[in-house]
Amino acid sequence: MIQLTINGLQASFEKGTTLLEAARFLGFPIPTLCHMEGLSPYGACRLCVVQIGDGPGAKLVSSCTYPVEEGIRVRTASSRVIRARRMIIELLLASCPQSKVIQDLASEHGVRQQRFRQEHETCILCGLCVRMCEEQMAAGAIGFRGRGEHRTIGTPFDITSEKCRQCGGCIYVCPTCQLRCTYTAPEKAICGGCANLQPPCLEKERFDDMMCFMEPCVACEIKKN
Amino acid sequence: MNPSVHTDSKPHEEGRAGSLIASLEEIQARYGYLPQKALLDLHKRTGSSLVDIYGVATFYRAFSLKPRGKHLISVCLGTACHVNRAPVVAREVERLLNVKAGETTADREFTLETVNCLGACALGPVVVVDGHYFPAVTTSRVGDILQSARVGLNNVKVETDERVFPLEVSCARCNHSLMDPTHPIDGHPSIRVTVSFDNQHGWTALSCLYGSYNVASEYEIPDDTVVNMFCPHCHAELLGGGSCMECGSPMVPMIVRSGGIVQICTRRGCLGHMLDLSGAIVH
Repeated sequence: MIQLTINGLQASFEKGTTLLEAARFLGFPIPTLCHMEGLSPYGACRLCVVQIGDGPGAKLVSSCTYPVEEGIRVRTASSRVIRARRMIIELLLASCPQSKVIQDLASEHGVRQQRFRQEHETCILCGLCVRMCEEQMAAGAIGFRGRGEHRTIGTPFDITSEKCRQCGGCIYVCPTCQLRCTYTAPEKAICGGCANLQPPCLEKERFDDMMCFMEPCVACEIKKN
Repeated sequence: MNPSVHTDSKPHEEGRAGSLIASLEEIQARYGYLPQKALLDLHKRTGSSLVDIYGVATFYRAFSLKPRGKHLISVCLGTACHVNRAPVVAREVERLLNVKAGETTADREFTLETVNCLGACALGPVVVVDGHYFPAVTTSRVGDILQSARVGLNNVKVETDERVFPLEVSCARCNHSLMDPTHPIDGHPSIRVTVSFDNQHGWTALSCLYGSYNVASEYEIPDDTVVNMFCPHCHAELLGGGSCMECGSPMVPMIVRSGGIVQICTRRGCLGHMLDLSGAIVH
């Protein structure tokens, strides 16, 4: 058994347990996107960052891939962790603003601002579908192709794979291609639209800015200046 | 170029973890690109997942899924080359060939690619054509370089090129000299070996000049035929060389008289060879 401290709570876990499992076991919530029980940990979305240690030597690690270590002090919600997590959500939101899952995450974590240009990608390369296909469906029909900004997910040669049984597992786990929030128009909708049912600007006739649903109304703030 | 014939790479290594890149390199060396059929064959033969094969094939820039031209032109756009006006050179090549970087000309003669550093920064801007480095390239020289590539950079003038020198070799088995003064090639005694392929069995005389690929044969050997070579004296098959770095065919070793070993590829038309003079006594 390995002794460690999570948010000041001493606990011991079996060797090989990840920090994410340990923290969740103790009841500390850690948001995740690319993690799913039954699939191998991948560490792509970085949402599950936690802080190890204190002071200037502290480091941020992805808890879903980090195994418990003897004597480490883990904090799952330090100000640095929260800041990093918000930034990650903001970046994810910029690449896939139409994703309901990411919008909900943003809402949950109080991300009300969007400072980056929206890309309207359909994929955040979390690899859930690839792992689902290979590990749970034992098919291996889809995979990563290319490198860097040209990295995509798909079948080899972009032709229908013989391995694919059209089980739909990849679509089921995908965080970006579920039902999209189309509150006003797809490209204008942003997180908080669901949690924040009351738009902050009641005097407005049309909510034609993507920032209309933010608290405070960022669109109005910008127009004021 | 018929991808379906590709079956003779080393099966004992294939399929083992870590051998995928080597297998892909072999296919790329053979066809100049990775044909879809060859990748599907590799998948069937080794059982490794097609997704993995395709992922690796698209990950590395050294692999191409599209047919490449006869000549590969790499223009370096690394920092040192860039500040020495390499982008202008690249644009000039693009203009003359009428293609963009990464594309192949319609006549399949040239493929143009830009690379990020060739490690020859002092020579910048560097252009590499078919493995030949051209240093300090200016726009006015681009046309000449393309022309020399068309003519063939691997065609050496035996009389004048100083990279060409004669070798004296002997059989690795019986150590009998293989030199044959009665059939001179390039003005030097030739290397005489017995070759067999299909049902033919006869002599072949190779130029002894290192860098010359002139050959005379009793029977016409069709291109791409892999032949078996035998010592004309002890009649043992010349065996035990490595695999050709260019095409993967077996190579034939011969002892260099002054010390060292030279290996030549057994596939007709392949220029693969390797000279190892590490055992030589240098005077």
